[in-house]
Amino acid sequence: MKTGIFLCECGGNISNTIDLENVKKHLEKNDENVVVKINSHMCSGAGQKMLIEEAKKHGLEKIVVSACSPHFHEKTFQGAMKKADLNPYVLEIANLREHCSWIHKDIPDVATEKAKDIVGAAKAKAELDFDLEEKKMKLGDEVLVIGGGIAGIQTSLDLADSGKKVTLVEKLPTLGGNMAILTKTFPTEDCSACIISPKMAAVLDHPGITLYTNSEIEDIAGHRLHFEAKVIIHPRYIKDTIDMDQCLICNKCKEVCPVSQPNFWEQGIMNREAIYIPAPHAIPYKYLIDSESCLHFVDGSCNKCEEVCPQQVIDFDQKEERINIAVDSIVVATGYDIFDATRKPVFGYEKYENVVTALEMERIVDHIVEAEPPRKVGKRVAFVQCVGSRDKQVGNEYCSRVCCMYSIKLASLLKQSKPETDIYIFYTDIRAFGKGYEEYYKRAQNMGIKFIRGKPSHFTEDKETKQVMVTVEDTLSRDIIETEFDLVVLANGMELSKSSDIIADSLKLAKSDDGFFKEAHPKYKPVDTLVEGVFLAGTAQGPKDIPDTVTQASAAAARVIATLAQGEVPLDPILAFVHTDICDGCEKCLEACPPKAISMNNDGKAEINEALCLGCGSCIASCPLEAIDLNYFTNDQLYAEVEASLKLKKDNEKRIVVFADNNTTYRLIDACGVRKMKYTNYARVFRIPSGSRITPNLIQFAFKKGADAVFIGDSPAKSSRFEWANNVTKDNIGIVQNKFKELKIDSSRLIFSQFTAGDLMKFINEINQLAEKIDALKPISEDTKDQLFPTKE
Amino acid sequence: MKIPYFPGCTLKTTAKNFELSAIASAKKIGIEFIELDRWNCCGVVSSLTSDDLMKHLAPVRNFLRVQEMNKQGIVENENRMITLCSMCYNTLSLSNQRMKENADDLQKINDFMHREDDDYKGDVDVVHFLSILEEYGFDKLAQKVTKPLKDLKVASYYGCTLLRPKSVGIDDTEDPKILEKFVESLGAEAVDWDAKSRCCGSYHTVNNIDIVYRLVQGIIDDAKKNGADAIITSCPLCAFNLDVRQSEIKEKNSDYQTIPIYYFTQLMGIALEIDKIELGLEFNKIDPEIILTKLNLL
Amino acid sequence: MAKKIKLNDKNTEFYEKIVELSGEQVALCDQCGTCSGGCPFVEEMDITPSQIMRLVMLGQKSVMDSKTMWICASCFTCTVRCPRELDVSKVSEALRQTKLRTAIDEISIEDISKEEAKKLPTIAVVGNFRKFTG
Repeated sequence: MKTGIFLCECGGNISNTIDLENVKKHLEKNDENVVVKINSHMCSGAGQKMLIEEAKKHGLEKIVVSACSPHFHEKTFQGAMKKADLNPYVLEIANLREHCSWIHKDIPDVATEKAKDIVGAAKAKAELDFDLEEKKMKLGDEVLVIGGGIAGIQTSLDLADSGKKVTLVEKLPTLGGNMAILTKTFPTEDCSACIISPKMAAVLDHPGITLYTNSEIEDIAGHRLHFEAKVIIHPRYIKDTIDMDQCLICNKCKEVCPVSQPNFWEQGIMNREAIYIPAPHAIPYKYLIDSESCLHFVDGSCNKCEEVCPQQVIDFDQKEERINIAVDSIVVATGYDIFDATRKPVFGYEKYENVVTALEMERIVDHIVEAEPPRKVGKRVAFVQCVGSRDKQVGNEYCSRVCCMYSIKLASLLKQSKPETDIYIFYTDIRAFGKGYEEYYKRAQNMGIKFIRGKPSHFTEDKETKQVMVTVEDTLSRDIIETEFDLVVLANGMELSKSSDIIADSLKLAKSDDGFFKEAHPKYKPVDTLVEGVFLAGTAQGPKDIPDTVTQASAAAARVIATLAQGEVPLDPILAFVHTDICDGCEKCLEACPPKAISMNNDGKAEINEALCLGCGSCIASCPLEAIDLNYFTNDQLYAEVEASLKLKKDNEKRIVVFADNNTTYRLIDACGVRKMKYTNYARVFRIPSGSRITPNLIQFAFKKGADAVFIGDSPAKSSRFEWANNVTKDNIGIVQNKFKELKIDSSRLIFSQFTAGDLMKFINEINQLAEKIDALKPISEDTKDQLFPTKE
Repeated sequence: MKIPYFPGCTLKTTAKNFELSAIASAKKIGIEFIELDRWNCCGVVSSLTSDDLMKHLAPVRNFLRVQEMNKQGIVENENRMITLCSMCYNTLSLSNQRMKENADDLQKINDFMHREDDDYKGDVDVVHFLSILEEYGFDKLAQKVTKPLKDLKVASYYGCTLLRPKSVGIDDTEDPKILEKFVESLGAEAVDWDAKSRCCGSYHTVNNIDIVYRLVQGIIDDAKKNGADAIITSCPLCAFNLDVRQSEIKEKNSDYQTIPIYYFTQLMGIALEIDKIELGLEFNKIDPEIILTKLNLL
Repeated sequence: MAKKIKLNDKNTEFYEKIVELSGEQVALCDQCGTCSGGCPFVEEMDITPSQIMRLVMLGQKSVMDSKTMWICASCFTCTVRCPRELDVSKVSEALRQTKLRTAIDEISIEDISKEEAKKLPTIAVVGNFRKFTG
């Protein structure tokens, strides 16, 4: 077998520090089956051409390119491999630039020796590389949109207009979400219902959209552009057929219904019957029965609606339905809940009759001009900002971004309808950041609405008048204001809707510190998630106003379209596989696989479901026989590369074997190189899919072969593709530490650390401290090493 | 049930009625307080600066006594130390918390206590009697009540130290319910009011008495406005301010309507039909017997 | 007449001393006024608790001339309500201690009449002296 090794000078970036001729001679001296070439720029057309020509000329079977980080040009060289009629997975990249020449500029001799280790390790691994098949997954055009508020509506319409087949699932019986409750919108004061109603109707009419209201997601399985969702469709208890016997909306049922319940779409300021149409602009405009309050369900005492219905469409026996939907992509538009103000008992919400939420005020203001409004406001009205936002006491440190503006809007609308009202807005900072917002704020001041800078500490209620006494410091005059109000409006902040939890759990979507869904990158991937094919729209990602929500919803649709337009995507072949000749069917690996990709086949051997395997390698340590393995990172390969990297170590030298997860730690170490940040030359860095790939045997093996310390770096669970991996790694390390205790090996020689992308200094400090530590320790004795894996039996 | 008990200075002096009624009532439901041997002052107010470690020495020393009681078999596996006075509860809890959370501080304190037989190991829990009652079960307490306090409207006064800071509060800081549940278990009516956790003026009663008059009057007015017949408390300093200072307000203004102040354990004793002598009612300044007699509870 | 103040190293030194002694990052104060609005003693104070925080942040030693820190009885109402979870009680204590450590007591035992001393609960007297004497 011939292996080709191509040493790139990188225009001096590598060769000015590392003596590549020396490395070349070293490689040629030790092995006649290698072809070693030096080139000034391997990534250039000429460099690639050389690789292809040499491969063909010498019949090279394995290739090592020794150049920059694989994160720069692995794809480039994989392309060249194909042109050389070689499988892209018999290629290894030896990272001489980021991991050696750039950080050891001042010690060229040491760097040259280290380069021999790095290239030697890559060669050892390459020799054990084998062809891997890159399967393709075809992409369809099915998209699931979860949530039928303005974000879900906009996304669905954009997607359906572009020809995608959309399934929209909304848990409430009508589309519209919170926006359907609002009176008017800021700063233009156009009617919220008038904006959203046509869009709601368009969803219903669109041939590309299948709408399920009154329905919930029960579970979603799958990952990466292939998902299966289970949907529960709750019964409306009304027969829904297109033929003669359908409901005519004659309203006779409603007229006889004896039940009176607070209407959610009126935020409880008005009531509805148990059989009802949610709102005048409901889509679908259909009756449903609320089984929680309907007397037929409560105690069987009433069948009035059934008796009176001329179409006989009432069906108390209707059951919930369950359907499964297979989709290629998902948009999560599950929106927000307003902060539950009872969590701030100082404001007496639900205890004091004249303390209302902002959403209640939306409805109050909406009806205010009626001759007999359902709720009067009185003469003196206060708005209190930041209820449940910017408040560590309730765990919400973020600004909800809309409360200042909706308070100004509600105050302005009220002032315009009832100019005699005295309105005060108590605030800490007014945040009027959007287009036309500052002007709108100024207009409100001009109308005579008074802005007072201070956050009320608590309210009390006058037992007789039911007025609310607000106590607050005017932080500008430094006086304490104690004044009664007829109505106090709490400017509730936003929190991720509680119904989002099932989505978060089943799709394993990460949340940010604020509790909202986390985007893949706050700057350049603001609507993607870390799960490929799942996108975010609207306030599920964080508090937003309507314009931002609609913008993001369209962006999410565009991202879905761009993703699915690829037609097909390559499947990563780096998956687990089973050495069926070794597997004895002990089933220990089944539990070790959180995505449940391993099952037992008819022959009693473990089998990998390639659609479910994520390639984390967590299963490998669970197998006592090393029968389960990972493509491109096999046990044999890792043993070989670690051993090769330690082969040249002299007695007075020290080595730290660094296993760096490909997503975070490896890139972070690259970034240290890019910034020319020096750190100990003891480090030999190996790329791995995740810390959990490193078995207790491999760690012991590294020490046995001469490592003085082992350092495992991985992403923290919440930002990892493999949220379980850190626990597996800790367990594996625990096994080795127990062994160390037994053998009296200092436990600080084995370190596991978690990194996020910016932790450059953390890495440098930790690796340097580890180097100092091992300098202070006596080397591990040969006798002790004898007892480490693999022991002679 | 036998529990190590830390009385504190005031329960041996101006708040004898609190200790008497608590021990008698607890005994009636099968809880026995075992007074710590050689207890010392808790320090009264917790020190709030970062460089004040030595001020925690006094509170921590008491925890050693609890360890000793366990060692000597006076109590069996009982790491809890019961307190009645809310101020003691607060000060002891805050010190204990610091010891539990900060191993270095615990070590330093132990170094200072080197003449003690043992180090403090950090596993004593300071508990207030109310929490013990909650654990005992207010339902169960209600069953033990032989004379329900029918028609007695009680305003529960928490004050500061039972609730704040959050880390040692025995209930929700802004919406506490434990005293109300207690009151209802005695068959009385719990009055909802605003001043339940408003400060009474505390130690300003020593040298800035006008502050205390203003705050006490505000608290009393709120209780009256909400129809309370009585106020209960678990703090001897609050009790002093609400009871003694209220009576002084009355002395200056004869039209002023007073409201009697009880330790919560005194009403518990009444409901359990313990003799009023054992409850120390004679030590209450504002006549505690008028309303009880009127409602046929004495 | 508006007072002119300087912002210099001296201010920073005082600020840092109070931060160290109190353990509270006073600069985090948002000046929302929640502490002052809820303070049961604010009527007796010459400046409000939020002003104390502001003056400390500006490093103004004159904050110690105010009687506010002596009126504060560490009732922790501000502490449990501060949206930034700052402990204003601790800042008050740090200011009191800074003053008391210059050997100036706020109260002397002679200030209490014998008659009062007899009826006061022990915790009132001890608490008072722990807050007002060094």
